[in-house]
Amino acid sequence: MHFDMTLTLFLTFIAITLGITAWASGRSKSSASFFAAGRSITAWQNGVAVAGDYMSAASFLGIAGLIAFFGYDGFMYSVGWLVAYLTVLLVVAEPLRNAGKYTMADVLAYRMNPRPVRAMASLSTLVVSTFYMIAQMIGAGSLVALLLKGSGVSFHTAVTGVGILMIIYVVFGGMLATTWVQIIKAVLLMAGTILLSILVMAHFHFSFYEFFTAVSNVTYHTPDGKTVVKDFMTPGLRFKLPYGPLELISLGVALIFGTAGLPHILVRFYTVPDAKTARFSVVWAMVIIGTFYILTTFLGFGAATIVGRDYIAKNGGNNMSAPLLAKAIAGDVFFAFICAIAFATILAVVAGLTISASTSFAHDFWTNVIHNGKERKPGEERLVARLAAFVVGLVAIGIAILLGPTANVAFLVALAFAVAASANLPVIVLSIYWKRFNTAGAVMGLAFGLVGSIVLILIGPSVMGIDPPSVVGAARHPIQMAPLFPLENPGLLSVPIGFIGALLGTFLGTVDPHAVQRFEELEVRANTGLGSEKAVAH
Amino acid sequence: MATLNPAPNKVQPGKTKWDRVQEMDEFRLLILAKKEFVLPATVFFVVYYFLLPVLVGYAPALMSRKVWGPVNIAYLFALSQFFMAWIIAFAYVGAARKFDKYGAHILDTLKKEGYDDRQDGKEGL
Repeated sequence: MHFDMTLTLFLTFIAITLGITAWASGRSKSSASFFAAGRSITAWQNGVAVAGDYMSAASFLGIAGLIAFFGYDGFMYSVGWLVAYLTVLLVVAEPLRNAGKYTMADVLAYRMNPRPVRAMASLSTLVVSTFYMIAQMIGAGSLVALLLKGSGVSFHTAVTGVGILMIIYVVFGGMLATTWVQIIKAVLLMAGTILLSILVMAHFHFSFYEFFTAVSNVTYHTPDGKTVVKDFMTPGLRFKLPYGPLELISLGVALIFGTAGLPHILVRFYTVPDAKTARFSVVWAMVIIGTFYILTTFLGFGAATIVGRDYIAKNGGNNMSAPLLAKAIAGDVFFAFICAIAFATILAVVAGLTISASTSFAHDFWTNVIHNGKERKPGEERLVARLAAFVVGLVAIGIAILLGPTANVAFLVALAFAVAASANLPVIVLSIYWKRFNTAGAVMGLAFGLVGSIVLILIGPSVMGIDPPSVVGAARHPIQMAPLFPLENPGLLSVPIGFIGALLGTFLGTVDPHAVQRFEELEVRANTGLGSEKAVAH
Repeated sequence: MATLNPAPNKVQPGKTKWDRVQEMDEFRLLILAKKEFVLPATVFFVVYYFLLPVLVGYAPALMSRKVWGPVNIAYLFALSQFFMAWIIAFAYVGAARKFDKYGAHILDTLKKEGYDDRQDGKEGL
């Protein structure tokens, strides 16, 4: 019964978003329209879209699940996800909007020899977007497989469906359609989350005292059958000594410095008319994102107290905490609604990732690296971006199916944040604020950050580990050895590596008078908006 | 002001608009005003944020102390991070009004002197 409901709700969402795509495709006739929605998105619209781009399945399903299982330690994730936006607001958003055109690399390459810098920046954009996307696709696939057990919709069908939809949004509707898909999804997600939170509080007679008292006495069973009662408000249920505290700090580093280097978030600031609108849109996003992450308290703790860890573990695992909570307190219809929201969430995020990856390939790599900054004929860049979106979509579907539903994907998201924090952020900050910075510094900063974070993940506990024989298939660690690096999140070490690379390159290279002179231009541009890209009329 | 800025509608030969803005007093003031807000705000939020995992990780006993019924310091501290982020964001919006005023004034002066503010300097983009 709930299967039909979910499907109906989800098909309605698809019908509406395809309608928007058709409308947007008529308006994507110029490059600024296709890549940046004509720079005509308003502050609140962009704020909601940033929130829609950011609150992925990892937040809605993942964090709710972590809080349901590990209490306070799960909530630590929520905090970092919001505070990270201060870096975006104070350091990156406005200079980027003023000085760039379509991609992050526009700002990085502004003062430098553009070809090597763009090639590296494009590579790091593709790495971040692809890993992030594969994790989302596998999440979508396993969610569907779990929800629709016995209904004939398999993991393969689900992954292929999500992939085809995201290709259609991006190829035909460009940034305008992607923006509206994200806005609708954010509104749905917030509505669902607020409603669910109110229902949880209603269960506790709207008494915070009663709610938190229940949270501090959660009963569940350990795998060997022992009954335990834990205070879920107490830290340390997940992050234990010796490395737990360092792991938390390292995660914080990746979040605080990584969010401002995520290409799919950064490109959103090119869709607004000017830097002032970009600033207001970040504040809008912070209000929405902050509210959402505070409410994860009710989703997670609600699932822990009302549904219980034992039941969730037996019925789909911790990622199903939020949907199971909906079912427990409001029945099948609400369960169907929450599941449909979860799909919509994944779709909007993968569409955002696809457009940022394909824009970077077309604008940075094709036009600027291969063809020296000139479109050979008008519209070529858009055509290449559409083809790239198509290929990116197919590759993501292929890899997701190849890895299968049980693959350990946590490391892919950790990797995306770590690469963004270690490769992208140091170079963005130094380009905007450091006069002496030069081409060698930018290239080495990107390379050190990229390689450093990938290597640390490969030798860390996400990839290396010794599994008991009972663990089979894709859930096994790919390398059956004790990890050489103790932390799952490499940020604590890899972000300094990125900065060291940038400094080393700069001082090994000579002082570049061109880069210094262009710094003066960039400084004027970034701070005043002089000569910045204007909105185009539809 | 008259001694600092050249007569209206007079573009100085050999000087780009970028050079012109760089030598304006308002531009120096703008950069200074931004630094005065952004630098301390960034240092503050980074320190305040990392205090949370450091204290939770290395002083769990202190952080587990209950202060309001079942609610402990750890949870309240985590919750305070949200309000800290919002307060800094709104303070920044307030401070940025001054930045916008300087910016508008700079672009205005440039226009009066006859520098065009069209998009250019596209090489490298």
